Amino acid sequence: MSLSVDWIRHRFGKLASREASETNSETTPLLRSTAQKRKRIYPHNKHIVFPNNGLFIQDFKKVTSNYPGNKIRTTKYTLLSFLPKNLLEQFYRLANLYFLFLVILNWFPQMEVFHREITMLPLVIVLTVIAVKDGLEDCRRYNFDRKVNNARTRAFDWKHKDYVERCWKDVRVGDFVKVVCNEIIPADILLLHTSDVNGVCHIETANLDGETNLKQRRVVRGFLSPDSPFVPEHFNSTIVCEKPNNDLNRFKGYMEKPDKKKIGFDRKSLLLRGCTVRNTEEAAGIVVYAGHESKAMLNNSGPRYKRSKLERRMNIDVFFCVGLLIIMCLIGALGHMIWLGSFPDWPPFEVPDENGKFTSPALAGFYMFFTMIILLQVLIPISLYVSIELVKVGQVFFLSSDIDLYDEEMDKLLQCRALNITEDLGQIQYIFSDKTGTLTENKMVFRRCTIGGTEFSHQENALRLAAHGDVDSDEEEAVGPQRGHRSRLQFNSKNKSTRAFRRCHSAKAYYYGGYGRKKSEARRDSEVAFSSPLETDVTPDKKLMKIVREAANQMETWCEVRYSSDSASYMDFFLALAICNTVVVSTATEPRHRVTGPSLLKPSIKTLEKLHSFLQKLKPARISQVLSSIQSNSDQTGGTNQISPSPSGTSVSEENVAGGSSSSVSGGSKDSGVSSKASMDSGVYVEGVKVGDEICYEAESPDEAALVHAAKAYNFTLMSRTPDHVTVRLPQGVLLTFEVLHTLSFDSTRKRMSVLVRHPITREIIVYTKGADSAIMDLLENPSLENGKENKINKNASKTLKHLNWYAKDGLRTLCIAKKVLSEKSYEQWSNMRLEAEAAIENRDELLMETALNLETNLTLLGATGIEDRLQEGVPDTIEALREAGIQIWVLTGDKQETAVNIAYSCKLLDQRDTVFTINTDSKETCESILDYTIEEVKRYAAVKNTRTKLFKVPVDVGTVYPLEGAGPTFGLVIDGNTLSLVFEGNLKMKFLELAKHCRAVLCCRSTPLQKSTVVKLVRDKLKVMTLSIGDGANDVNMIQAADVGIGISGQEGMQAVMASDFAISHFKHLKKLLLVHGHWCYTRLSNMIIYFFYKNVAYVNLLFWYQFFCGFSGASMIDYWLMIFFNLFFTSLPPIIFGIMDKDISAETLLGLPELYKSGQNSEGYKWSTFWIAMLDAFYQSLICFFVPYLTYQGSDIDIFSFGTPINTLALFTILLHLAIEIKTWTVVHWVTMIGSVIFYFIVAIVFSATCISCNHPSNPYWIMEREMADPVFYLVCIITPVLALLPRYLIRIIQGTFVLCPLLKARQLDKLDKEQRDEEISEWRKRTRSREATSPGNSGHPLGRTLTFGAPLNVDLGNDGTTPPGRSMLNGTEIEHSDTLHIQIAVTENIYTSIPVSSADRTGDGGKKAEDNSDAFSAGHQRSFSIMTI
Amino acid sequence: MGKENPKVGKPDNTAFTQQRLPAWQPILSAGIVLPLFVVIGLTFIGIGIGLFITSRNVQEIELDYTGDQEGAPCAGCTTNATTNCKCTLPFKIENKFEGPVFMYYGLTNYYQNYRKYGVSRDDDQLYGNIDSLKSPANFCSPYQMGAKQMPIAPCGAIANSLFNDTFRLFYKVNKVYTEVLLDDNGISWWTDYNVKFRNPPEINGSLKNAFEGTVKPLNWPKPVYELSTNPNNNGFINQDFLVWMRIAALPNFRKLYRRISEGNWSRSLPAGNYSLEITYNYPVLSFQGKKKVVFSTVTWMGGKNSFLGIAYLVFGSLCIVMALIMLIVYAKYQVQIDRDM
Repeated sequence: MSLSVDWIRHRFGKLASREASETNSETTPLLRSTAQKRKRIYPHNKHIVFPNNGLFIQDFKKVTSNYPGNKIRTTKYTLLSFLPKNLLEQFYRLANLYFLFLVILNWFPQMEVFHREITMLPLVIVLTVIAVKDGLEDCRRYNFDRKVNNARTRAFDWKHKDYVERCWKDVRVGDFVKVVCNEIIPADILLLHTSDVNGVCHIETANLDGETNLKQRRVVRGFLSPDSPFVPEHFNSTIVCEKPNNDLNRFKGYMEKPDKKKIGFDRKSLLLRGCTVRNTEEAAGIVVYAGHESKAMLNNSGPRYKRSKLERRMNIDVFFCVGLLIIMCLIGALGHMIWLGSFPDWPPFEVPDENGKFTSPALAGFYMFFTMIILLQVLIPISLYVSIELVKVGQVFFLSSDIDLYDEEMDKLLQCRALNITEDLGQIQYIFSDKTGTLTENKMVFRRCTIGGTEFSHQENALRLAAHGDVDSDEEEAVGPQRGHRSRLQFNSKNKSTRAFRRCHSAKAYYYGGYGRKKSEARRDSEVAFSSPLETDVTPDKKLMKIVREAANQMETWCEVRYSSDSASYMDFFLALAICNTVVVSTATEPRHRVTGPSLLKPSIKTLEKLHSFLQKLKPARISQVLSSIQSNSDQTGGTNQISPSPSGTSVSEENVAGGSSSSVSGGSKDSGVSSKASMDSGVYVEGVKVGDEICYEAESPDEAALVHAAKAYNFTLMSRTPDHVTVRLPQGVLLTFEVLHTLSFDSTRKRMSVLVRHPITREIIVYTKGADSAIMDLLENPSLENGKENKINKNASKTLKHLNWYAKDGLRTLCIAKKVLSEKSYEQWSNMRLEAEAAIENRDELLMETALNLETNLTLLGATGIEDRLQEGVPDTIEALREAGIQIWVLTGDKQETAVNIAYSCKLLDQRDTVFTINTDSKETCESILDYTIEEVKRYAAVKNTRTKLFKVPVDVGTVYPLEGAGPTFGLVIDGNTLSLVFEGNLKMKFLELAKHCRAVLCCRSTPLQKSTVVKLVRDKLKVMTLSIGDGANDVNMIQAADVGIGISGQEGMQAVMASDFAISHFKHLKKLLLVHGHWCYTRLSNMIIYFFYKNVAYVNLLFWYQFFCGFSGASMIDYWLMIFFNLFFTSLPPIIFGIMDKDISAETLLGLPELYKSGQNSEGYKWSTFWIAMLDAFYQSLICFFVPYLTYQGSDIDIFSFGTPINTLALFTILLHLAIEIKTWTVVHWVTMIGSVIFYFIVAIVFSATCISCNHPSNPYWIMEREMADPVFYLVCIITPVLALLPRYLIRIIQGTFVLCPLLKARQLDKLDKEQRDEEISEWRKRTRSREATSPGNSGHPLGRTLTFGAPLNVDLGNDGTTPPGRSMLNGTEIEHSDTLHIQIAVTENIYTSIPVSSADRTGDGGKKAEDNSDAFSAGHQRSFSIMTI
Repeated sequence: MGKENPKVGKPDNTAFTQQRLPAWQPILSAGIVLPLFVVIGLTFIGIGIGLFITSRNVQEIELDYTGDQEGAPCAGCTTNATTNCKCTLPFKIENKFEGPVFMYYGLTNYYQNYRKYGVSRDDDQLYGNIDSLKSPANFCSPYQMGAKQMPIAPCGAIANSLFNDTFRLFYKVNKVYTEVLLDDNGISWWTDYNVKFRNPPEINGSLKNAFEGTVKPLNWPKPVYELSTNPNNNGFINQDFLVWMRIAALPNFRKLYRRISEGNWSRSLPAGNYSLEITYNYPVLSFQGKKKVVFSTVTWMGGKNSFLGIAYLVFGSLCIVMALIMLIVYAKYQVQIDRDM
């Protein structure tokens, strides 16, 4: 401890000189004394907490009581500050500033158009609406706050010397708080006491990050005294920790005792506000952060604001409107000047100013400019912004109430976290997807393992999984292709049938609906948050089981030491699987009840002794050591010496294996009281352990659970885990309790985790490490001098590596298991270092990392595992549909290249016919030349494509507006993280993009989170495309934030991705409907609405503008001001909003059936420059008609100004609404009601207003005008002909479009009119047509249909001919060819020919000097592959 | 409700939330709109013919008396700006005007709709509000306060520029002039006369007293309470004043001056020679305007304006033509397209 203290002193020493004067030490006696005696400084950036127990009253009052209390106020405003604060906030908006500008302009008498009050109206209305909205939101927050603040908890009161009930808001920093099981923690509390003997408290952080697994929190070191109750009054330490921050995973500090002893602590001792206490009867601690300083509150940030592409585009058009406005105002100003100047004398209608002077024409013109701005202000569509907000609220409502995007299993809806980018969903061009958890389920199934260079393929397990797949066909069909694929791997003899199997699956998968839920639902119901039987069941490999059993026997009998080293490594391997993790054990019946230790069980002395002596014997061999037992149950032997009647899936009894039955275990039997029996052959040492309940494992990552389950299948059952001990039951039935010295948890930089344990019998200190192969392989022990051993180790490693490659090719996730034995001395050293690091406050993370790196060296490889991560349902189908929609899909993953490529094939991201370029290299030059070469290659084919298109000039068919995609060869690109960083470092970005543009799929493997986001940013910025990132884990957060649209999958890996995302969905397959249907809808709706709004404003404002030509450009308006304002506000606002929310151009079914319709959104066809300008022209035309028809009608008559304006206003209403009626594609009740309602409302308002306002509305004179107009037949005649005339061109255009059906969207609309069967027929017909067009289109001339080009890294090819080809594996012949320059590039050309392809294409395999070498390849059973070498 | 395990987050599966409301999805195409165009075309032609004939039946005679040209009857009055300059304008009606005949005065290039002019009034004052009478609104400025800071009644530019030419019409039969009686009743809007405009409450039965403390508008020869001798046509509810106060929408306008509805004249205005005696006061040369007098009969659709009729006719025909084109298109293409689908 002294060491750590010294170290801290050293750390703070630097700060001392600077911050001495700023400390608050002189105010506190305790701190002052410290400062004097030791000259130690508490930097002011530390958070010092004095306990509130009467011992430190002075200090507490001085320091700690100044910290904010636990009362929270998430409201923005108080009753008093609401008005000023809200107004201030609102005026940050540009739109409101524009209004304000207008209001101020209107205040100048020279420019005043309307009543000053009237000009203020829109501003006031907008401000009020938003203020009310804000107010209501705030009110809701206030109520929520009040509820939270008044929740009860127990805090220690030193006057009463007991815990008393208190409101949350009254809890202060320094208070001692006691929480009991299932209570929510009121503040960030440093854990000082729990009812648990081990000083552990379990919390569930679901409220914070959505993770439902239990997390352990430990009592601060030194407070673990289960015997003596924790007495807050005697707590006499001061707590120093960091200033409040929002990092949930960072917390460190120390506690200073009166004797200056310091005790460090970290986040493992911090109970976070908002979490729930589980499994622990009660816990107590001292509040360190309260209220707003608690981490939960600091993390509480509101939704983010993003601006959609459509809106960005719209904003440009708004600037065009500004330009238009300025031009119109200039015309007005000039016109006024000229008009005024044209009079020889002041006319009687010119009004002088107060002094009787007339304004000069030039000055009047200048004023008129501003007057015009006020008059024509509507041209800037402020109402549009408000409407867009409303429309988006509506769109979000429909988005999140779509039952197809609802996941019943998790009871989760689509979650819209960014409210304003719904329409971006309809414009996505690039999707960047994470693999694990996004494309795959992230439900790990143990598939294979290799131990000491021997591979165990676990065929029985595969069989079971296949059977499982057949049983619940519905769900499995979704992953059909993949399943078929797997089957092929295992049964290569049955190629033909599996091929058929595969085909039927791919066909079925396409029509996969939403009916695959039943099974998974059932599973959920029974098990809530636990692994499915699929994962928990592992059928042991016969061979391996036998070996393990033998190994166990040997330990019993130790007659032969022949196998000892091997068998020991087997034991070690499984022990490592069972121990090296952070899995929490609980029981099935009481999921939240942790198993702390089988205290019932007592050791059987006999067994123990035997084991012990065996181990002693082994020890000198120094290879590894095995188990011992401390406890095993002798009491219950008799009672539990039973075999469960049916072979249970969770614990396979040995008879099962010994008998050689292929153990077709039915998945997931949940018999309670399953007894596991590990009988030895002799039957002498039967140690049955009766476990009351079935054991359940709760793991932070599903890999860990899968491994623990695998170990369990081999009877290495993890029985309990406490921070300091872990108990494993061995096949012999003995229980072994290891003392856990340290756990170096997993992190993404190290890519591994380690557990440091002390063996209970041999007392050896062992490090078990588990991690990615790349991380482990480099750390293996260097071959020692002994030749034999070196060979062995090398052989072992290379074999394992080879196996790992097979695994990866099969799409399995690989993990290496290694161990290391530490001498007592070196442990001592390391332990000291570690302690030091742990106590550090600054730099702790780096130091911890350093110590971890120190420990994890010279490892001995035990073996490796392959875990399958199953594809999520509907993934291939979704990817295919998105692909058809013209979206480029990139997969960015941290996984191994082989794994990623495999998954890519199985989820149809890559097609067997694709030419795949693989680039792995370490040198920049190589990288560049490869890129150059590949681009050339790609371009050659692109050129072929182009020339042929020219030659044959395919007659322009309906629907060929889009560039043909998929014509000719398609390319895929695989690149790894190393190469990617080369691309970024060297200036190869553009080349990379150039290449990627031509590839229909790009895979980036082994990429870090940072690389992921860099790639996304690169594509987004350089290619100027719309990007979408989808991911589920914390490592995807960067990527999600970098993309235009970030989608989080709320799945297994917590909520970080969801928190960072704009939309959260529960399955990848939901992306299909989200994009193809909702994206399309939202985009077309909003773009149509925006165009309409522009049109509407321009058309209406121009009426006023045309009038200026007849009123001397004086800024007069012929329409009553109120009616004018209401026109925009009420009469024509609702229909377009409804239009924007509810219009449905094409039905969801058709959109899903024809993904290519999505391309219209990608090409921004709903909102182009032309669309905007056509709308503008139309608006001008319509306004001309709407003005001049009444003008010509009333010309020369005795019509008065408002009698002239009222018909214009009315017919403008008709025109504008009827225009919308032409645009509305779908008329539902809501549409009818709003449309007709708007008209009726207009007439009611106009009539009532005209009837009541005698002199209320000064400059205008509306009294009885509407009534008179309505009694005049001419009014009706004008109102009929004008809208008809005005809308004729648009109507005609729509008719022409509708007649000749030139665009696919319209054609699709026509499909909607057909009945269901007919439509389905048409849709499949259409798709066939599109496909045949793609197929017949040029490009398949002389070009090999599918190839794999691999550059660089020989690892992929030198799989060697060592004869041990695993089942379902083929070999690649790799030969390195040295080129004249220093380039070492190796290219393996793989040509894949579908069996369905005519022989003629097979002939081509020999073309181009490529050597074709047929090789029956079970891996790609649907086709054949041949390999040849090419040099560049 | 009341299920055992309700899914809290499950959205309602209704037609509305799932966006499956029954809907009408019109798709425009030649075949569908063909009948529509025919119907619209025929209807519009019908309306057009009706309007055109009605408009043709309107009789109208327009007499320019600006006097800006040499030798014009009123040319004398334009040069010497004496008040109440009188001039006589003889004219001839070829065909009998079927009664009732309306007499208008017309002005061109007169921007009553000029913004500053149009707002320069106080409706409250005109409504007879005493407070507004004594302190007119600022809109009236600079015609708000007259000499000695006395409020002007009626205030504002519109009132100040009241048209003040007057006319007398004589029918000349055998060199005998018979005055055609002109009726100034009901020339303004009924609502203006009865509701919108009110005199301030009379004091001691005298309108003059009611206007005590105000001054007449600058250009007016007489105060407002002396506009007419008829007490029902005096003050703010003087019909000519009301007509003027209803500002014209366009710079070339006419305003109703009188109705010819007295005695025999109410039935018709016979063909023959007439003479119009004009009291020429209103200057128009400053804005290059023209002054006119118009006699017109009216129909249900107002005065003579054939535009609407022609518009209906043209547009109706256009629709028929388009219907024909669409028929051709439909016959030629639609069938084929339908087959293609």
